[in-house]
Amino acid sequence: MSISNEEVTYVSKLARLRFNEEETNKMAEELGSVLDYVATLNEVDTKDIQPTEHILPVSNVFRDDVVGTPLSNDVALSNAPDQENGCFKVPRVLD
Amino acid sequence: MEYEVVVGMEIHAELLTKTKIFCSCPTKFGDPENTHTCPICLGMPGVLPVLNKSVVKYAVRAGLALNCKIANFSKMDRKNYFYPDLPKAYQTSQYDRPLCLGGTVNINVNGKTKPIGITRIHIEEDAGKLLHESSDGTLVDVNRCGVPLIEIVSEPDIRGPEEARIFAEKVRNTLEYTGVSDCKMEEGSIRFDVNVSVREKGSKELGTRTEMKNLNSFRALERAIKYESKRQIIELKKGHSIVQETRKWDDVKGISSAMRSKEDAQDYRYFPEPDLVPIVISDDEIKKAKDQLPEMPEAKKERYMAEYNLPEYDANLITSTKETARFFESTVNLCNHPKQVANWLMVDIPAHLKEKDLTMDTIPFSPEDLAELINLIQDGTISGKIAKSVMEKMFDEEGSPKEIVEKHNWAQMQDTGELKSIIEKIVQDNPKSVSDIAAGNKKAYGFLTGQVMKATKGKANPQLANKIIREVVSKKIDE
Repeated sequence: MSISNEEVTYVSKLARLRFNEEETNKMAEELGSVLDYVATLNEVDTKDIQPTEHILPVSNVFRDDVVGTPLSNDVALSNAPDQENGCFKVPRVLD
Repeated sequence: MEYEVVVGMEIHAELLTKTKIFCSCPTKFGDPENTHTCPICLGMPGVLPVLNKSVVKYAVRAGLALNCKIANFSKMDRKNYFYPDLPKAYQTSQYDRPLCLGGTVNINVNGKTKPIGITRIHIEEDAGKLLHESSDGTLVDVNRCGVPLIEIVSEPDIRGPEEARIFAEKVRNTLEYTGVSDCKMEEGSIRFDVNVSVREKGSKELGTRTEMKNLNSFRALERAIKYESKRQIIELKKGHSIVQETRKWDDVKGISSAMRSKEDAQDYRYFPEPDLVPIVISDDEIKKAKDQLPEMPEAKKERYMAEYNLPEYDANLITSTKETARFFESTVNLCNHPKQVANWLMVDIPAHLKEKDLTMDTIPFSPEDLAELINLIQDGTISGKIAKSVMEKMFDEEGSPKEIVEKHNWAQMQDTGELKSIIEKIVQDNPKSVSDIAAGNKKAYGFLTGQVMKATKGKANPQLANKIIREVVSKKIDE
């Protein structure tokens, strides 16, 4: 099980990453070997095993619908690289 | 060639919880930007979201009200995308194991009942608001991030713009009735996405569809589908094919246009949310939730027809919104004249609400006031005609019906003595009417009644006035 350069380019685009040709080759090679390693799991006989829906054997963890204290506007924006009128400011996006 | 318009809908409704879906920030609408945030809804690293119990409760209730099967097991997933309306770069939603599956909504189209299938309902978080008012960037308000939503997905069973509107109204009323959402269109708490395609009539295959998102009124919904289906038919007639795309509906111009197409097809790379554990609901809990459902519009309508003897037409209108039905029942409990109460709620009240740009939620008087008004007509204090003027003043918030009648001196004259002397004078002044009546022309009574109403500015009780006129006239003839 290996991964093609096209797949690497597609996945990196989705992750907003840009690789040159050399990096793409390297990624395909390294990711391919990771996938090959994981693929050894396919050899396990899972005939009598229930499919795993979640990694933890826990369900129904809820909170009550009670209002807490939110952060103040200044604190909320204190990590923002840029802000205006009490808002986070990001590069212009089109609707 | 005749074409058929096929529509499928996705309806997003904000749930009426006090807090967000995964944190204790308030969900209140209209507060200053970025004042309802915390590390969880801001998407800070290392935080742990915990699901709000009421979200599950409300979503199950919505599912049951829309006749869905509630899943015994469901889970949350991450939907990955880059857009600044969600700081986490993913939306926590449900993918392959939604909370509710396979429901039906019965709609009334031209007097016939038609079932529309509900594919699924899932729970998810709302995204933030982008404000495009800065000259050199986009501003982000995170207040709405994490407000709980249900997404209701319909089957492509809807045929045309009118059915789409009726379906959307029915879903909205159901959500309102069950109290899971306030469904305020103007605050965006319910939004419609539509998938529109056209096909040759009789064809079984679906045509290529286009999508329009975030339509926020029934009118926009209906117009957008009308425009888009026409556009597709024209394209097909020209021999062009339909491009599958998302289109933007411009409600001011009344046209749809293609949005800047993305180079790649959407690929959300859904995967199970590792920070949130599955939701397990037993059959017992589902049954309990079902037993707690309030009376739905259809059941209410049947009851109004049986219990209050209302015609089907009236019962339909009165139960069309929760508030109207509540107002009706409260008023009828105070004055037992259901048909009169229904008449006010179907004719005069909607007209005034429309004129004043109000709704049944913001009506400026109470069921007690309407009951008082009807009692004033019933006991003969005012005529039906004066009652309409009293209603007008009730909308102007001049006070209770009794206070208004007193203030404007609108009570009918109950004093027989006073009325009698007015009538005697009128009969005296109109000898021709008396001789006409003596000669057998009964129409002259009408003229005299008119004169009495004019002299009393409409305050004479018409029955009483007629009785006295007859007495006075026959006495006069006898003379």
